[in-house]
Amino acid sequence: MKGTFRWSLLAAPLALVACSNAKEAPKTASAASADKPAKVDKNPFPSTYKAYPGQATAIRNVTIFDGEGGRIDNGVVFFSEGQIKSVGGPETPIPADIAVFDGDGQFVTPGIIDIHSHLGDYPTPSVDAHDDGNEATSPTTPEVWAEHSVWPQDPGFSRALANGGITTLQVLPGSANLMGGRSVTLKNVYARTVQGMKFPGAPYGLKMACGENPKRVYGAKGRMPSTRMGNLAVNRQTWIKAQEYKKKRDAGKDYTRDIGMETLAGVLDGDILIQNHCYRADEMAIVLDMAKEFGYKVTAFHHAVEAYKIGDLLKANDVCAAVWADWWGFKMEAYDAIPENAGILQNSGACVIIHSDDENQIQRLNQEAAKALSNGRRMGFQISDADAIRWLTYNPAKAMGIADKTGSLKPGKMADLVLWNGNPLSVYSRPSKVWVDGALMFDASDPKKRPVSDFELGQPGEGDVK
Amino acid sequence: MRHLLFSAAALLAFAAPAHAETVAISGGRVVIGDGTPPIEGGTVVLRDGAIVAAGSNVAIPAGARTIDATGKWVTPGIFAGFSRIGLSEVDAVKGTNDKGGGKSGFSAALDVAPAIDPFRSPIAVNRAAGVTRAVVAPEADSKIFGGQGAIADLGADANPVTKARAFQYVEFGESGAGQVGGSRSALHTAFRAYLREAQAHAGGNDAFDDDLLKIEDARALQSVLRGETRLMLHVEGANDMLRLLELKRDFPAIKMVFVGASEGWRVADKLAAAGVPVIASALNDLPASFEMLSATQSNIGRLKRAGVKVAIGMIDDRDSHQLRYTPQYAGNLVSLQKVPGATGLSWDEAFATISSVPADIMGVGDHLGSLKPGKAADVVVWDGDPLELSSAAEKVFIDGVEQPLGNRQNRLRDRYRNPVEGDLPKAYDR
Repeated sequence: MKGTFRWSLLAAPLALVACSNAKEAPKTASAASADKPAKVDKNPFPSTYKAYPGQATAIRNVTIFDGEGGRIDNGVVFFSEGQIKSVGGPETPIPADIAVFDGDGQFVTPGIIDIHSHLGDYPTPSVDAHDDGNEATSPTTPEVWAEHSVWPQDPGFSRALANGGITTLQVLPGSANLMGGRSVTLKNVYARTVQGMKFPGAPYGLKMACGENPKRVYGAKGRMPSTRMGNLAVNRQTWIKAQEYKKKRDAGKDYTRDIGMETLAGVLDGDILIQNHCYRADEMAIVLDMAKEFGYKVTAFHHAVEAYKIGDLLKANDVCAAVWADWWGFKMEAYDAIPENAGILQNSGACVIIHSDDENQIQRLNQEAAKALSNGRRMGFQISDADAIRWLTYNPAKAMGIADKTGSLKPGKMADLVLWNGNPLSVYSRPSKVWVDGALMFDASDPKKRPVSDFELGQPGEGDVK
Repeated sequence: MRHLLFSAAALLAFAAPAHAETVAISGGRVVIGDGTPPIEGGTVVLRDGAIVAAGSNVAIPAGARTIDATGKWVTPGIFAGFSRIGLSEVDAVKGTNDKGGGKSGFSAALDVAPAIDPFRSPIAVNRAAGVTRAVVAPEADSKIFGGQGAIADLGADANPVTKARAFQYVEFGESGAGQVGGSRSALHTAFRAYLREAQAHAGGNDAFDDDLLKIEDARALQSVLRGETRLMLHVEGANDMLRLLELKRDFPAIKMVFVGASEGWRVADKLAAAGVPVIASALNDLPASFEMLSATQSNIGRLKRAGVKVAIGMIDDRDSHQLRYTPQYAGNLVSLQKVPGATGLSWDEAFATISSVPADIMGVGDHLGSLKPGKAADVVVWDGDPLELSSAAEKVFIDGVEQPLGNRQNRLRDRYRNPVEGDLPKAYDR
């Protein structure tokens, strides 16, 4: 187990898709005058991801979980040109000239989405030279961007794809800092550059962290914050500065660019989603009030092990809780974690997400959801299998601001999907095929359809590709 | 302190359970735990803390309490092949964490037995999940010898230790090398020097270098050298395993057990030939370090196929709190059977890796780990396939005593079933 240092909970803001240039300087004649601020490029490291070629494909005779809580038995899913075209029962028409798989009782889900990963910024091998997840030199580092740490050769991407059916993930900075920096959302497709993995059009997130980690890290250095009240004080002072920055920027007057403040102003604009690591219920409630004080929204609380205590509050504030199935006891703020967390949240009507924060559990998020589901049902709650799949697909997509593009099997969305060799909520099931944007990127029965990172090429076992 | 008799039999202190009754559990699908297939509609009889019989056509003794297990599964309790259960309540809260101890100056002499606290909540939580016994190892946090580990039960009583000083735990590979000077040449030199020093001391040689080992540490290692205490080595890399196998030439009586062994499959034939058993992490499949470059989920399956005695353990994986993952890990090895190119285990083999095999590896297989007559009555009744994610333990017996399954997680669950506060604060709801 890695140190508690990297266990970061992020809250992902639900709203908005970043509309990149909507708030730029007015297009007046004077806009070009010398005393106007330089035009800010909001997307200086643009995605160069391109979907790989795929065949028009239909899968029939499968059980489909559509990601939004729907289930179709003996279903058909048809996709082409990288998009889902139709999903339905056995009568769903399939064009005559395309590849048709008979699912033979297998299961189809949307591609699995992990809202909380450190693949790339804490890659394996976990050597010191790869510790790129925490800029633990200041309690607020909104100026750092996770994508500048991501190593696109992390072998973990391949395991997440092959064993976990992960097609999209949000990579976050760690939780040493109150404001840890920007997250990046990736397609789980290897590329030579991180830009080549970036999910086109996904909004940024800002990683924030409550509780033990920031106060421990900076308290140990003899500086603020060393307490939870210190955490809040530093946060609020920083938000005041961000408000002032935004005011100057919006006034169109000259100002000195500050990339940290640009991120915070982006949060206040609603373009950047807050992904807030926060374990304890009482601290989540404090954060919600702080967000109201400064006029921003918390999209998701991550590692929200006590979310079950405030399901009603989270529902009322439209905040998702990203949780593990059953992690507990590794530190004080995880002491009240219970395996029924997700079930109670679901029963409270709150938005539930199962996340990993772990290079191993990202390979079996489906199993983690299954455990959480069973524990909820054992309380007598009515939760369907399809609800549990939603925790891994549509709900994280919503909290990452990409639910209009992926996260469920709806016509027009990206053809990101997994064919499982059994019910994905069973321990005995594994992905048999994974498509990303309609391209077959993993096939259990074809060794050529299993990626091997540069790091593992020529090594013994070679990434376990047989 | 006088010489202790390190006889394995003398150390097997099976305390007579206080409330062991005669119980017959019938009608269920009975899993013996030795790798044989389940028996439909079988009966398991427990008396005086031991298994009397398990299988088909078992007579129910007069006066026995009967439990109808129709539609249920009846298995031996889960035997966690590696853990640090009972040594920590909250890992990051120092005062509750008793895993280490090397800063004391002692090393091999450290003994986890008195530190295993049966009243800690992880014991109750994992007991409720059907885990009944566990290998409990110290952490080697400053010297390569972590000290003496134990076999423990997870019963709700004051006597958690089944067998104290059951093995000596050693940190090998990268982290062991870091502890003795930063290289494997230093590691091998130091390791052999410690063993020779202990040997010399046992032979009455007074030229004892106290800088190397304290007298108590030397004594602890002497039982390892005699083969009375197992030497459990945490080792991941293929070459490290091969070099350790050579230890037998100089110290032939030593009984080695490898734990971790991520690259074990690469040297599986050598391990099999040497008869060294392995307690492996089931699902580690990432090159987490350069000594784990060829980690694969097929490791255990390939070791098994090569003839190595292999069990599942949870080293470096939430080893003090999440022993309840053990059946899930075993189930994953079953799932590999359907993955082309992977090597998994059959269901029966997989269950044995979390019951009889770890008990055998640790030298307590005569008494623990399966439902064979005469073994300790550690029995679990499950509401479904114990390896499946939707299943739960309904009844747990340890040494024939039915165990309470409540714990503080259940209490929090019940308090917050409806999170909204009612007529009084939640603090009054109990």
